[in-house]
Parts: sequence; C-alpha cells; structure tokens
Amino acid sequence: MEPICLGNSQRHSGEKLHLLDPGRPALPGRLRKAVDAVSIEYEPLPPVHTMEESERQSTIIWGTDNAFKSYLIEKGDVDTVWKEAAHIVEGEYFTGAQEQLYIENNGVIAAFDPENGVTVWGSLQCPYYVHKALMALCGLPEDKIRVVQMETGGAFGGKEEYPSMIAGHAALLSIKSRRPVKIVYDRMEDMVATTKRHPSRTCHRTAVSKDGQILGGEIEFTIDGGAYATLSSVVLSRGTIHAGGPYYWPSVRIRAKAVATNTPPHGAFRGFGAPQSLFAMERHMDLIAQVVGISPVEVRRRNFLKPGQTTTTEQTIREDLDLDHLLDRALELSDYAAKKARFAEENRNGMRKKGMGIAAFLHGAGFTGSGERYLNSLVGVEAGADGGVRVLVSSAEFGQGTNTVLCQIAAEALALPYEGVAIARPDTTVVPNSGPTVASRTAMIVGTLVQSAAKGIKQTLMKTGLLGDDYTPEQFRASCGEFIRTHGALKSYARYEAPGDVYWDDEKYRGEAYAAFAWAVYVAEVSVDLTTYAVTVDDFVALQEVGKVLHPVLAEGQITGGVAQAIGFALYEKVVWQNGRMINNQMTNYIMPSSADLPPIRVFFEQLGNVHGAHGAKGIGELPMDGPAPAIVNAVEDAIGVRFRSIPLLPEDLFEALQPEPPKQQGPSSTRGTT
Amino acid sequence: MNPSPGTGAKCQLLFTVNGEARKVLAHPMERLLDVLRNDLALSGTKEGCGEGECGSCSVLLDGMLVNSCLVPVAQATGATIVTIEGMSAHALMIPLQEAFLACGGAQCGICTPGMILAAAHLLEKTPEPAPADIREGLAGNLCRCTGYQQIFEAVAMAARRKVRK
Amino acid sequence: MRADPAEFRLVSPGDLQVVLSLLASEPTEWLPIAGGTDLMVLYSAGKLPNRKLVNIWNIPELRQIEVFPDTIRIGAACTYTALRGHDVVSREFPLLAAAASWTGGIANQNRGTLGGNIANASPAADSLPALLVYDADVTLISVRGNRRLVYRDFHQGYKQTALAADELIRDISLPRRFSGYVSHARKVGARNAQAISKVCLAALGIIANGTIRDVRLALGSVAPIPLRLNETERSLTGKKIEPSLIGAVRQSVVGEIRPIDDIRSTARYRAAVAANLVVEFLEKLAAERTRA
Repeated sequence: MEPICLGNSQRHSGEKLHLLDPGRPALPGRLRKAVDAVSIEYEPLPPVHTMEESERQSTIIWGTDNAFKSYLIEKGDVDTVWKEAAHIVEGEYFTGAQEQLYIENNGVIAAFDPENGVTVWGSLQCPYYVHKALMALCGLPEDKIRVVQMETGGAFGGKEEYPSMIAGHAALLSIKSRRPVKIVYDRMEDMVATTKRHPSRTCHRTAVSKDGQILGGEIEFTIDGGAYATLSSVVLSRGTIHAGGPYYWPSVRIRAKAVATNTPPHGAFRGFGAPQSLFAMERHMDLIAQVVGISPVEVRRRNFLKPGQTTTTEQTIREDLDLDHLLDRALELSDYAAKKARFAEENRNGMRKKGMGIAAFLHGAGFTGSGERYLNSLVGVEAGADGGVRVLVSSAEFGQGTNTVLCQIAAEALALPYEGVAIARPDTTVVPNSGPTVASRTAMIVGTLVQSAAKGIKQTLMKTGLLGDDYTPEQFRASCGEFIRTHGALKSYARYEAPGDVYWDDEKYRGEAYAAFAWAVYVAEVSVDLTTYAVTVDDFVALQEVGKVLHPVLAEGQITGGVAQAIGFALYEKVVWQNGRMINNQMTNYIMPSSADLPPIRVFFEQLGNVHGAHGAKGIGELPMDGPAPAIVNAVEDAIGVRFRSIPLLPEDLFEALQPEPPKQQGPSSTRGTT
Repeated sequence: MNPSPGTGAKCQLLFTVNGEARKVLAHPMERLLDVLRNDLALSGTKEGCGEGECGSCSVLLDGMLVNSCLVPVAQATGATIVTIEGMSAHALMIPLQEAFLACGGAQCGICTPGMILAAAHLLEKTPEPAPADIREGLAGNLCRCTGYQQIFEAVAMAARRKVRK
Repeated sequence: MRADPAEFRLVSPGDLQVVLSLLASEPTEWLPIAGGTDLMVLYSAGKLPNRKLVNIWNIPELRQIEVFPDTIRIGAACTYTALRGHDVVSREFPLLAAAASWTGGIANQNRGTLGGNIANASPAADSLPALLVYDADVTLISVRGNRRLVYRDFHQGYKQTALAADELIRDISLPRRFSGYVSHARKVGARNAQAISKVCLAALGIIANGTIRDVRLALGSVAPIPLRLNETERSLTGKKIEPSLIGAVRQSVVGEIRPIDDIRSTARYRAAVAANLVVEFLEKLAAERTRA
C-alpha cells in the first residue's frame, strides 16, 4: 500500500508531503499562498527510472533486490525441448505506460463529525476498498465510516485504488478542520499523479517443430510497478497466467517479476497485465510463422488449445471450445484472404501500403484462483410493500452497464418486468460488500449472486404460502405487501460459494486459474501512409466467445469502447517521462483517438455458455483490450515488412525504422528497435 | 453597455440561461463553466480537461457551440445560453434521447451532455447529415467509453426520426 | 483551474478607440482577448503572466469581411467558422478555409479568430502558412494611426512579432489573384482531428507548358516562425517537374527549415515529412499539367 502522506522520504514525483487547509472561505489565492509558504529541504538520492536500471540493482530502492513480487510457472520439462526443436525462436517485446483518461477526473468530498464519523462521497469503483482504507487511516470502527459511490464518469481501473488515497486526504483534512472537504483533481494533476497501466517487457524463447508446433519455451515477463507495490503483484499474476495465449504448451517455464522504479505507482487498467503479455505472445506467433515459413493463420491453427488439453497452468479446457472455427469466422467476416491478395498487388505502387493482422487470445474472468473465495462476496435483494424490488450490491456503475444488467438478472429471476427492479446506490451503510468492481467479475460472479438472492425473495414468499409457482406482477406486489405487514422487511442475501471443481495452487501457480475464459479472434486492416508515416486502422473485426450475451447493445458498446482504447494503446497514447515524471500531462499532448481516427469496429459474438456465470455469461469488460494492439502491429508488418516490437507505435518510430542510416542522437520517442 | 468596472472585483452580469433571465455576481475572468456550475447550480456542464480539448463543457452561446471552459464570463454578458438542462425544451431532445437509449450512445454519461449539445447544433445546421458530417460535428467531443460508433448511430437515427416528422 | 479570477481584470469597452487608448495609456500592461482559445488555456493552467485583459470580441470593426474587386479584407476577430462559411474565402482561398477547418473542433472554430492565431504567433498555428503563400498584408492600428505591413515581415522570431505594445491587428488583406493556381494543404498532427500540427504545408502553384511558372510553399512547425520556402521556390521556378528535380527539392526543403525535437515530435521526422509533403504537392502539380 502506498502511504497516504509522507514522513521523511519521497519515492516518486506525485507523492503528497503535506495536507493544507486554507481555512474559510477557501479562496484559490489563499491556498496558493499557503503552498508557497511551505519550504521543503530535499536530500536527493540516486533515482531509478527504468525497469532495466532497476534490474541492474546498482541502486536499491526497494527491499533487497528492487523486486516487489515474482512468479514461476513450470509445466512439463522445458529443458529437454531445445534439442528436438527444428527452430528456436527468440523475441523481445515492449509495451508502454497508458493513462486511463476517464473524462471525469478523480474527486471526493469528505465530511466528519464526532457522532457519525467520516462520510466520503466519491467517483470510485470500490466503495469497500475505500471503507477499509479509511478505517485503518482514521482509526475508526466499521460503523463510523461511510463511503458512497456517486455518478462516476468513467474509471477503467483508474479508480480502483487511487480514490482511497484522495479519500484519505480529504478525510484527514475534514477530521482536523471539522468542515466538509472537497478534493477534485484537475486534468494535469490526475495525469501526473494517479496510476497508469504497467509498462512491460516480455522475452520469448520458443522451441518449435518443423511444422510450426510449439514444443515448449521460456517466457520472461517483467512489469514496472513504480515506487510502491500496490496492485503490481496482482497485475503480474494475470499477465503471467495469460502469457501463453490461447495455445497448447506441452512444456513451459514462465518467470515473471514486478520491479520498483521511482515513478508514481502503476495500477489497474482494463486488462490488468493481460494486454501486455498477450501483445508479446501474438507478435511472437507471427515471428514463429515467418521463421517456420507458414502463414500467421496456419501457425495459430497448429497450436490452438482444444477441449481436453491443458493451459500453461494445467487448467483443463472443459468447454466445447473451437478456436479454429472462431478463426475461420473472423477471417471470413474481415474478408482476410481476398484483402491480403489485393494488398499484395496494390502495395507495389503508391505511397499507401496496406496490411492485415490477426490476434487470437483469451481472457480469464473474475479473480484468480482463490481470489473470489477470499472476497467472500455478499449480495442482497429486497422487496418493498409496493412490490418494488431493489438490488443491493457494492458493484459500481461507471458505464459498463452494471445497473442495467444486474436489474435485468433480478427481474428475470423474479419473472417481473425490468421496470419493477431498481438498484441501490452503493453506500456502505446500505449495501453489503459484493466485492470490488474489477476483473470483469460483475455480470458473472455478482450477477449469479443477484440471481440467487432474487430467487430467495421468491422462495420466502412461496414458503409462507403467499405466492404460487406461477404468478403475475400484481400477485407478487400483493404478496410483498402482505409479507411486510406481517413480518416487517423482506430481504434476501446470497453469499459466494466457490465451485467445487475449481482448484488452484497458490504456491506452484498451477491449476484452475479462472472459473471461465472468454476467447476471441480479432482482425485489423491498416494503411501505412509513407508520406507521414502514420498508421490508420481502416477496418476492424472483433469476434469473441463470451458465454452468453446478456444485453446486446451494452455488450457491443463494451467491445467497441475497449477496441478504441486499445487502438490508442497501440498507435497514439504515449506517456512521455522525464526524470520519473509525466511531462505530457495535458489532453493536448497525451493523444487519445478522436472519432476521426477510428475505423468501423464490427463486433460479433459466439455463446458457449458458462456454468459459473449468471445465464451462462462470462466477463467481457476487459477482453477487448487484449487483441487490437498485436493485431494492428501484425498488420503493419504485413504492410511494410518491418518487425516492430514495441508500442505505442508512433509515426516517428515508423520513420526511424525506414531510414537507411540511424539517427545521430536518440529522439524523445523511445524506439525499442526492430528485428 | 457593459457592466465591468475594470477591477478584479466581482461585477453584476445579466444573461439568459435556458430561457430564463439570470443575474450573477462574478469576477469577469471567471470561466463561464464555473459560473454555470457553481453560481447557477447547473452542474450538467462538465469539466473534463480545462483546455478546450474534450468538449464536455460544451454549451450553446447565442446559438453557437462553444467550450465554456474557454469563455470568460464577462464576454457572455447579454448572451443567450443553453446548457444541457435547457435542452429539455429543444425540439431535437426527444429524438436524441430516444436514439441514444436505443443505440447505447451513453455509457458512463460524462461526455453525453456535450455530445447532445454538439449533436443538436449539428442537426440544426444540417438536418440530414452524412456520416462524415456527424463525425466532423462531434470531432471536438471526446468519449473514452463508447469508441464513438454508437453515438454516431444515435445522431443519425435522431436525424432520420426528426426528418420523418 | 489554477488561476485566481480575483487577481485578473477584464475590461470590455466595446469601442475600438477606447480599446486603443487603453493600450496606449499602459503599453504592455493590457492583453487583448478575442475568442480566448489560446489565452484561456494558459490562464486555466496558471501560466498567463498578464493580469489585465481587454475584451476585443465585441468590436464590430474587427469582425467584418469586406470583398473588393482585387482584395478581400478579413477583420482580425473573424472566427474560423466565419471564414469557412464565407463564399469568397472558400472559393478563392481554399488553403485558408482548409486551415480553418483543421483548427480544433466546431466549438473552437466558433471562437478562435484569425487575428488571435497571428498574434499568438505559435509556429504551429494552422492558418499562418496559408497567409504567407497568399501574400497577405496586415493592418495594425493604434492611437498613432494605421500602418500596413507585408505579412511576410510580421513574424520576427519565436513568438516575436512586429506588433508594437500599443497596437492591435485590425485586418488581414489578401489579393484576389490565386483562383487559377493549383492549391494543396496538408496538416500532419498526432491524430486526425483536434491536434497541434507537427508539420503543416500550404502550397500554391501554376504550371504552363510543362514548366513551373509560379510556386509558393509555406510550412508551419519547422522553424521558430511560419516559414516561406524562398530558396526552394527559387530553385523550382522555371523548371520542369522531373524525377531529378524531386531529389533536389527534398534537399532544398530540408536545408531551409530548422525543426526541433519537442514534446510532440522530432526534428528528423519533421524534416522528412516536410520534404515528403512538398514532393506530394509537386506530384499533384505535375498531374495537373498532364490533365491540362
């Protein structure tokens, strides 16, 4: 956990040293004078700004070796595969930091009074995370802290942990001053100080048969955690488990670590480690194809996981998975073969080169292994005397459709019209802890509990003879009224129960990593403009198997939005660092795609069901983040034959790669090189 | 006739907001955005960036779409301003609302007020916009949730419904 | 919002002579503000050094567009929207209309002004290269009277202009003699909309009997000021467009510009793309010749 406020050392540029209360009225001028009046003496210590510097360990800034966490996954017998291999394929891949860039910045209001304790209203994802943090920070008991999630203008993981920081600041100020305190970051502050996606480096060394089958390999996955551990071990975990992609690895050794640097801690961002390691895997597959002399399509076919086979953590694929079919369908929808042929012809002339690229991937929904058991989520549903139903969860709505989907599920479970179901604002004095709104777990895990709790209402009424097996909404209303007159409130709770057949070994990092995986094949069509070196995505096909589509419009929206964000991750969004500080911390200079930059994003679903999810649903919120970047960079290589290994891939990087002579001095765009 | 006495002190400003005559006491260099939100309690207009990049602070100022974070309130004296709250009276509002709902044009909703205003502004000038017109008309409004597609579909649908009427 | 509004004065006389008197009374003290699309960004970031501003958004003389037989006169406070919507501007000065359409989104085009773009004097400003190739004149006014300046002489260094401390830009005049030219404008930014330019080209040319009769090239974002490529133009005038010319032109362009590395891009990239844009224009010019 990152400290809320500092004592005598500062590990990154966004750290808060003092909390200042400007008094009343809170004029900006007065606050500025207060800030200017503070003088701090610094004793500079040698900083560590990159993963490589951190690994060198010439300066130790954390523990004994600068590492927050490491994992080791071993399957089969890797050391024996090299001698059988027809090819040994090596590659190194890099992804940069990415800012969530929710359009509403982080902000909270806190109030304290001795009788009720602390109340915080905030733009946040996890009210109970904030609640827990405030109990520790303020030294107050559970019932003297109240956290309320307000309308939240986007989050994407960027409001998973940081709100606890601001809430802590506001709460402390409020306790000290005995007045309500509002802290809302402006855009520059939010970009500079809050969490971003972990930068990564993945090294692959793969033993491949002459037919292009993976015999085994070693994967080294490293992420930059920033100055404090925070969520790095969990991001590392997900990235590690996804590092092998949707492929069968007879043997593999995956070594993963999160290292410390003197930058603001990195944190959760949609995908949470998987976009990083899957970028590497999908770029590497195209490299393997080249080395072996087969197509990117064929190399994937020859390695796809099949039912009955095991993943890198030895989880058996039990569902009716057919990745071949997904690939076929994606190729057809994108007109892949015809376009490849046409582009090969057209690319001979002109300043515009076109290419097609594929990415196949998976995304595990919910917390890893025993995570859900640890969360021990509790969900409530209550009915009023007027028959109105209210869902009680701590799951936050921030655009993904939580409110709609959970109400749909409750309505369906109770055979009531959707309009008859409401959902309570997540207020820790009103709703139980159904866990954080992360990890694509809401529809799948919390939805299942909502279903159970809703059925519980029905069962209670039936048991008391007030409701038959079949009933109309009017009958439901009447029986609620009757029940409440007699018994008082009508509430039903459901608690998470771990499925009996999900086993996970936390030490060996082996077993059933996730209750369900969603599967996808994405295809990107790009143009490279050799006048400006700009890459444009002209068309995009996103095909995914998601268990069950609970709400077609919302599901499609999740995919298009996620693909847009991932196009930003691939081609536009670069964090420019200088001495451990983000210097392009304005929307003018941190470039997210505008509507003029995005292609038509064509979304398609398949539904295999999921025994562990409400109505067979799997999580989908993060999935679309994993595929676009490698598909795009694969397409760029198809277009111009340059093997880029690093994102974001900017026009300046393309330009440098296409020059006959190398640059005289390194420019600000960090080209990690090619080939 | 302008009310600014030329000191840093607050001055009285009169304008019409959402059809009502309103009077505020404000420093001339306060941002119109802040006056709308804080003095007039019209919090539907949002601050996303403070640099005129994201468009979530869009309002109509004398019929023109502007970023209210870039307008000193004194320049708005005597003007007619429409914010998202005032859109309920606008002829395009119902077609836009219905279309946004049907197409999934709003996810978290923070960009939505600006998008609605930009869409209304576009459709007033171009009642039957081509896809490129919609893209251009809304290019100054950033959305992080939707990838824009469903918003554009919504605007196109609203245009069709309005024209049909 | 990092500025304290209480520290700032904004006066709004609504009368041009009163504004000019104010500027004359305390030169360098009063900063004119029109649409605010540049100044308010600085202000919000707490980076506006001036504390006294005078509103020129509401001065009618600055908002006219007057069309004469040989020239068009554009008031300094004309917005990009007004430019785009003006018949003569869009027909006869497409480079200016194009630049106006690139600047921000519709909301910023409704407030941003041509005079503001000039006075702010960012080398990345979108409309300035167009004004250079269209042989613009600027009229500067003060209590001391009017003076007319060839726009080519207006920018003297990075953010340094010929504007005296008590002067305002009154209008920009463009001669109406470019209808017969082939025109080409291209802006290269970090994305396709709402972007500050990394390189920006405004180009005009006339080809007759296969020979370049007149060629005008101006680039933004490759020097401390918007740059007219005088050397390259001289080397092209009177020549036939052939492959050997293209190679020489690249070198000439790169030789004339002084791009830098900054937060948005690199000098090498800017140089290469600038040359590519000029070559792209010449190929367009050559194609016109073939068509004619």
